Amino acid sequence: MTAKQKWIQLGILAVIMLALPAFFPSGYYYRVGALIYVNALSVIGLVVLIGYAGQISLGHAGFAGIGAYACALAPEHLGLHPALAVLLGAGVSALMALLIGRPILRLKGYYLAVATLGFGILVSMVLSNERSLTGGPDGMAVPDIGLRPLLRDMGLRVSGGEFWYAASALVLLLGAWIALNLHQSATGRAMRALHGSETAARTVGIDVARFKLQAFVISAVYASVAGSLLALQNGFITPDVAGFMHSVEMVTMAVLGGVGSVLGATLGAAILTLLPQVLTVLADYEQLVLGFVMILVMIFLPLGLLPSITARFRGRGV
Amino acid sequence: MTILEVKGLGISFGGLRAVNDVSFSVKPGEIVSVIGPNGAGKTTLFNMISGVYVPSDGSVSLNGEDITSTPPHLLAARGMTRTFQNLQIFHDMTVLENVIAGFHLQERPSILGDLLSLPAARRRSAAVREKAVAFLEKVRLAGAASEQAGNLSYGALKRLEIARALAVGPKVLLLDEPAAGCNAVETEEIDTLIAELAKSGIAILLVEHDMKMVMRISNHIVVLDHGEKIAEGTPDVVSRHPDVIAAYLGTEEEPAHADG
Repeated sequence: MTAKQKWIQLGILAVIMLALPAFFPSGYYYRVGALIYVNALSVIGLVVLIGYAGQISLGHAGFAGIGAYACALAPEHLGLHPALAVLLGAGVSALMALLIGRPILRLKGYYLAVATLGFGILVSMVLSNERSLTGGPDGMAVPDIGLRPLLRDMGLRVSGGEFWYAASALVLLLGAWIALNLHQSATGRAMRALHGSETAARTVGIDVARFKLQAFVISAVYASVAGSLLALQNGFITPDVAGFMHSVEMVTMAVLGGVGSVLGATLGAAILTLLPQVLTVLADYEQLVLGFVMILVMIFLPLGLLPSITARFRGRGV
Repeated sequence: MTILEVKGLGISFGGLRAVNDVSFSVKPGEIVSVIGPNGAGKTTLFNMISGVYVPSDGSVSLNGEDITSTPPHLLAARGMTRTFQNLQIFHDMTVLENVIAGFHLQERPSILGDLLSLPAARRRSAAVREKAVAFLEKVRLAGAASEQAGNLSYGALKRLEIARALAVGPKVLLLDEPAAGCNAVETEEIDTLIAELAKSGIAILLVEHDMKMVMRISNHIVVLDHGEKIAEGTPDVVSRHPDVIAAYLGTEEEPAHADG
């Protein structure tokens, strides 16, 4: 991928973000759009971890949980502005990823999957059990970020939905830009190299453990920021954000869309966020159809949606 | 002047003595080949020298410094790298990216510069890209630079692996069967390439099954059998050595041809 392709991908993303609201039948869809972008942000983190570095995690919702609860707790207990709480959450997540990543990234394949799974479960259990602090499984309120009044003073009146649509879109663009930068860089190349062959990566001087850890920390920060945005835009958060199902959902979005591709991950997030909403007309059969669609995609488009489709058009991958 | 020195190297796997008390040395610009029948311990020896296995006895030194059991990525930084008998290619990266990856140590990536695509990081990448193209030309793969590496032919991948190893800027290069599975033309290409590399001053340690190639390009040959060094010397000396003939043909009564 060249610098030109990077800007083309970012351009496509930006144009879609700007154009979509024209098709929204009601204000509610700004909320759906914002949710898609937040999901896409955490999935891009997994593109770095899974797609670039070839490492799996079934516990990344744990980092989303840390980011979400940082925004819920830090303003009240530390007197921090919610926007700064996002950074605090990201910092704590990065530190956690650094600490647990060092020992568990020695594991490979499904052993790593189980170890990360354990981490995710641990976080969601702590969040559920520390009732005095987190309100337990019932969840807790998240303070408003307070930026809309600021915009109003500047003469810009936006609804809550519009505000979060724009804010999530901007953060997603920033996240996509960073992930695409990484892809072309020496660090990203080292990650992709060890994905291809750890043995060969070592012979060219790549410190395999170090670059796996970097990928893990970077992806943790993505998940954390996404968790923070989710908490802030909903104004309410439960331990489900750190739950196993959320981790699985993130990995599924990444794999469905195309785990090596930033745009693909966004598409995967969009589809898996929208499908349940569309399929509600099927009532009881919703989950059945959803599962069936996913099985079909993986059988017929094993690289994930976007890479498989572009490969078919161009005769090679993105 | 010796650059790579192997002294009394040995390793056991469980009760099996795979390699026992092997010593030899390599000078800059010299091509030293390790030969021996299947299962003689050639690749095991290679894996010990290149830091993949930790030897039970003996030592390896590079430029006079002890490097025994140094992990491979640190050996690369000290100027020693290798290729593999079964190709180790970054299949999902382009041909050019494979070679650029070889410049990893020279690029010295900084995480912040790379995430934000800062000008310094971009400049380093651009400089390395040009050098990588030059190496691709050297192994005549420049035309396939933007191709996915996985799409290349077997012989081309063998050359790509050598180009990537050269990008590391090695003083000592270990080649594990660089011509295995290649046809006559490809073998000759690799042959010429290795001779050129040695001429440029790189010390080359070679494991190869193609006897004609070994006899033609080696300055010095080390013969292993059952994990022990049974002979050593110039191609001429080694090919007439009775133990070598016995090891390859199994019995002394048979007519003698080391290149069988």
